[in-house]
Amino acid sequence: MTQVQNPPVVGTTSTGKYVGRAIDRVDGAVKTDGSATFAAEVPYANLAHAVLVHSTVSRGRITAIDTTAATALDGVISVITHENAVPMRPPAKVSPVDIDSMAPGTMVNYLNTDEVSWNGQPIAVVVAETLHAAHEAASLVRATYDVQPSTVDFKAEAPNAEPQPSSLILPSGGSKGDAEAALAAAPVSVDLRFTTPMHHHNAIEPHATTAAWDGDRLTVHDASQSVVWIRKHLAHKFSVPAEGIRVIAPFVGGGFGGKANVWAGTILTVLAARMTGRPVRMLLTREGVYRTVGGRTPTIQRVALGARPDGHLTSLIHTSVSQLGRVGGMAEPVTSQSSHLYAADNILLKQDVVKLDQIANTSMRAPGEAIGTYAIEVAIDELASELGMDPIALRMRNEPETDPMHGRKFSHRMLREAYARGAERFGWADRAPVPGATRDGRWLVGTGVATAYHPSFQLRANVTVRVSVDGGVLVRCGFQEMGMGGATAQAQIAADALGVPFESVRVEYGDTALPLAPMAGGSAQTASVATSLLAACEKLKKSVLELAGKSPESPLRGARLADLSARDGGLFHGGSGETYASILARAGVPSVDEAIGSETKLGNLVGNVKFMSKFMMDRRRWVKAACGAQFCEVRVDVDTGEVRVSRWLGVFDVGTVINAKTATSQLRGGIVMGIGAALSEESLVDPRSGRIMNPSLAEYHLPVHADVPTIDVEYLDVPDPTMPLGLLGIGEVSITGVAGAIANAVHHATGKRVRDLPITLDKLL
Amino acid sequence: MRVNGVTEKVDLSPQVSLLDALRGELGLTGTKKGCDQGACGACTVLVDGERINSCLALAVQYDDRDITTVEGLADGGEAHPLQRAFIRNDGLQCGYCTSGQLCSAVGMLSEHAAGAPSAVTEHLCDTDVVLSDDEIRERMSGNLCRCGAYNGIVASIREVAAP
Repeated sequence: MTQVQNPPVVGTTSTGKYVGRAIDRVDGAVKTDGSATFAAEVPYANLAHAVLVHSTVSRGRITAIDTTAATALDGVISVITHENAVPMRPPAKVSPVDIDSMAPGTMVNYLNTDEVSWNGQPIAVVVAETLHAAHEAASLVRATYDVQPSTVDFKAEAPNAEPQPSSLILPSGGSKGDAEAALAAAPVSVDLRFTTPMHHHNAIEPHATTAAWDGDRLTVHDASQSVVWIRKHLAHKFSVPAEGIRVIAPFVGGGFGGKANVWAGTILTVLAARMTGRPVRMLLTREGVYRTVGGRTPTIQRVALGARPDGHLTSLIHTSVSQLGRVGGMAEPVTSQSSHLYAADNILLKQDVVKLDQIANTSMRAPGEAIGTYAIEVAIDELASELGMDPIALRMRNEPETDPMHGRKFSHRMLREAYARGAERFGWADRAPVPGATRDGRWLVGTGVATAYHPSFQLRANVTVRVSVDGGVLVRCGFQEMGMGGATAQAQIAADALGVPFESVRVEYGDTALPLAPMAGGSAQTASVATSLLAACEKLKKSVLELAGKSPESPLRGARLADLSARDGGLFHGGSGETYASILARAGVPSVDEAIGSETKLGNLVGNVKFMSKFMMDRRRWVKAACGAQFCEVRVDVDTGEVRVSRWLGVFDVGTVINAKTATSQLRGGIVMGIGAALSEESLVDPRSGRIMNPSLAEYHLPVHADVPTIDVEYLDVPDPTMPLGLLGIGEVSITGVAGAIANAVHHATGKRVRDLPITLDKLL
Repeated sequence: MRVNGVTEKVDLSPQVSLLDALRGELGLTGTKKGCDQGACGACTVLVDGERINSCLALAVQYDDRDITTVEGLADGGEAHPLQRAFIRNDGLQCGYCTSGQLCSAVGMLSEHAAGAPSAVTEHLCDTDVVLSDDEIRERMSGNLCRCGAYNGIVASIREVAAP
C-alpha cells in the first residue's frame, strides 16, 4: 500500500455560517488530556465495588448457592443472591405504542428468581471494599443447578422458525405480486443462501455504573445510550418516583446499540447500593459484557432474483431467519432495505425467528440493514455475473422512481448520483470485467461495489434555549454523546439559528435533570434534537424581539421577525438592529429562556400522542433514507487466502451534513465496523452448552490499525426537503453495504463466492 | 510511586495491577480499562519512556520507575503536539481508547527514533526506517478503536512525526 495523505473532505454545506463546516469537536480537549470522567470514574466517598457471578448452565433452576467462602473473605460487604435480594418489580411488557417500554434488555427479574434462562445470566453480585476482594469473592461462589433441557443451536433450530410478528416500528416483510412464480419463469435467475454469525458491539468502554441512594432518591452514573430509559426502568424496578432518580452520562465510551437497553449490570449495581447503603461501582469485565449484554443475531438468509436478459428484475425474494432469546430480544428487520432498493415487478420479503435459551439479542449498528445488505448486494453481483452485465449498470437498470413495494414517494433519493460520482472517482471504468484477471506479485487484486441504505426518522426531544445578557447561549437537552459529536453539531445549529458566534454557545446533555431527549439510536438523534432546537430558537428570537419592542429606544421597535436576520449576536435589518445582549441589558433582564416540549406527565403524554401521529402520517407519505455507494479494492494472498482491504471510497447521500469533520469520522467508523463484520468478527456459541466461547478482545477480532486503509468518504450534500435542515442521519448508513462490497471484491479477485460471513482465509483455500 | 513527576506513597497488595493502582489509588482515571487482559491497549502508559499495558503489570514492580500517563503528557500548560493533532485530525470519537492511543504513539515514536524495526519493515537491520502509514499502522495495532478513528489517529501521528 502506498502512503497517501487523507483525501480532502468534499462537500461543505453553505446553509449557514457554521452548519456544514469542519469544526473541531467541543470535547476534544478533555478527551485527550484524561480529564473526561466516564461512568466508573466519578469519585465517591466510602465507595464499594461490585462484581457479578454468572450461571454456567443455559437452562435450569438453582438448587443451592453456597456463598460461605465468599462472605468470609476479608473486605467482603455482602453477597447478594436470589435467596436474599430485596424484591424488585419484574420488567413490564413491551407496548407497541410506547417506545420507552423497549428499555429492559430481557424479561428476567434478576436475582428475584431461581430460574436460569441463559448461560452467563447473573446469579449473584458480590460487594466488597476493594475491587480485588470483590473479584476474588465472586470466584468463590458455588451454585448447583437442576439442569433442564435447552435449545441453543441456532443452525439446528432454524428449520423450526416461525413468522416474526409485525410491529409499528420494525417492518417484518411484505409482498407484491407472485415473486416465486416470476422467479420460476425468469430467463435468468439466482437463488442463494447466506449466513451471518452473531456479532458483539465491543465498545472499548465496558458497561459501567456508579450508583448512590439517599433515601428514595438515587443518582446513577451509567455508560448509557438512554439516560431516560434507565431512569424510567429503575423507577419501575425499585418502586420509587422517577422524579427522584437522576441519571448522568456526559461521556460514554462507545455504544453502537449495546448500551441502549438497561442490562443487568446497571440494575444490580443499583440493587447492591440499595442493600448495602453504600455508593457502589461496577465496571463489567470484558467477559461480563458478553455474558450479560445481548449481541447481534446470527442469520440465515435466502435471496433469489429473477431477471430478463436486459437485466430488468422480474422477481426479488429475500427471506431471513434470526434468533430471539426466550426471555426477550429485538427481532432484526433483516429484509428492510430489500423493499426499497430495486424496482422488481414481484417482491417477497419474509422474516422468521427462532427462540433460543440464549441471552436476548439486541440492536447493533444498523440492525437489519448491516447484514441484510450483505445478502442482497452479493446476490445482485452474482446476478450481474450471470447476465454478463456490469454490477453498477444492473443496479441502475433497476433503480426505482418510487418505492417499489407500495409506490410511495421518496422524499429524496440520489443513489444514481452517488454511483456516478463514485465510479468516476474510483476509476470503475478501468475494471477488468472478468474475475481473477489482476495480479500484483503474490496478491490477487479485485474491486467490488455495494449499495448502502438506512431509513431515516426522528424521535421526540424537548429542548430549552437561553440567551444571557453577556451574549452567551445555553442549549439544554438530555441527549446522549458517545463520540458522534452531538454537542458540537447542536452548537453549530444554534449558532446559525440565533446568529451568534459558535464559541458563545454551550450545550448541556447526557443528564435526566435536563429536558427529556430520546435514546441515541436509529441515526435519529441529531435530526430529533435539531427539530426542537430550531423551534426553540425561533421562539427565543420572538421573545427577545418583543422585549426590544417595549423600549422606545430600540431600533427594533415595531419590526417583524420575518423581516429581520439573526446575525452578529442579534437581530438586524440592513444596517440597523441590536444585539441580544444590548436588548437584555436595557430591559434589565439577566436572560431569556424558551422551551419546546413539556416535562409534565400530561405534557409528556400529549407530546407522545402528537409525535406518534406525525410519525405514522409521515411514514405513510414518504420513504426517507440515507443511502450510498461503497467501492473497495481487496488483495487476496494467492497461497494463504489472506484478505487485505487496500482501498475504500464511500459516496453517501445523507442530506445536509452538519459538521464535515465529525460526520466524516462517523461515516468512516461505520465502514471500519463493516470491515470487521466482513473479514473477522464472529461470536462463537458452543452448540452443546449455549456458552459464548470467545468472550474477549483477544479471540473476537475487531479491525486494528493495520486492517484499515485510508478511507475516502464523500457526501453529496443535498438537503432532504422533509427533514430539519435537510439532514438524514449518518450513524448507521456507512456500515451497510460494506460486507457486500468486500465479498464482491473478493470474488472479483479470486473467482470465489463466499456466502458465509466472516470471509476468513479457510473459506478461500 | 513516581507518576507524572510526582512521588506518592501508596499501600498496595502485591496482586494489584498498575492500572488499578493508577485509577483506584491515585485517582488518575485518564488511563482506561477496556479488557484487563492486554488485548485492547486502552491502558497503555509509559514507563521510563517505554509503552506498556498497565493492566498486565503489577504495581509493586514499578515503584522505582518513572511512569507517565495521559495526564502527564502535556508540558505544564502546553498540550503535547500529539494531543493537539488528535483534536485537529479528529483522531477520536468516544474518547475511551484515546489515552492509550496517545501514550502508545509517544512510545512508538521514540522506538522508531531509536531504530527499532516492525513486522512490516523490509530489512530488519535498517536503522533509518521511513515512518510510512503502513509502518504507523503496524506499530499502533495493539491499540484498538471501536469507533474507527484510525485514519485520524494515523494522520495525527504522521503529522507530528514529520512536521
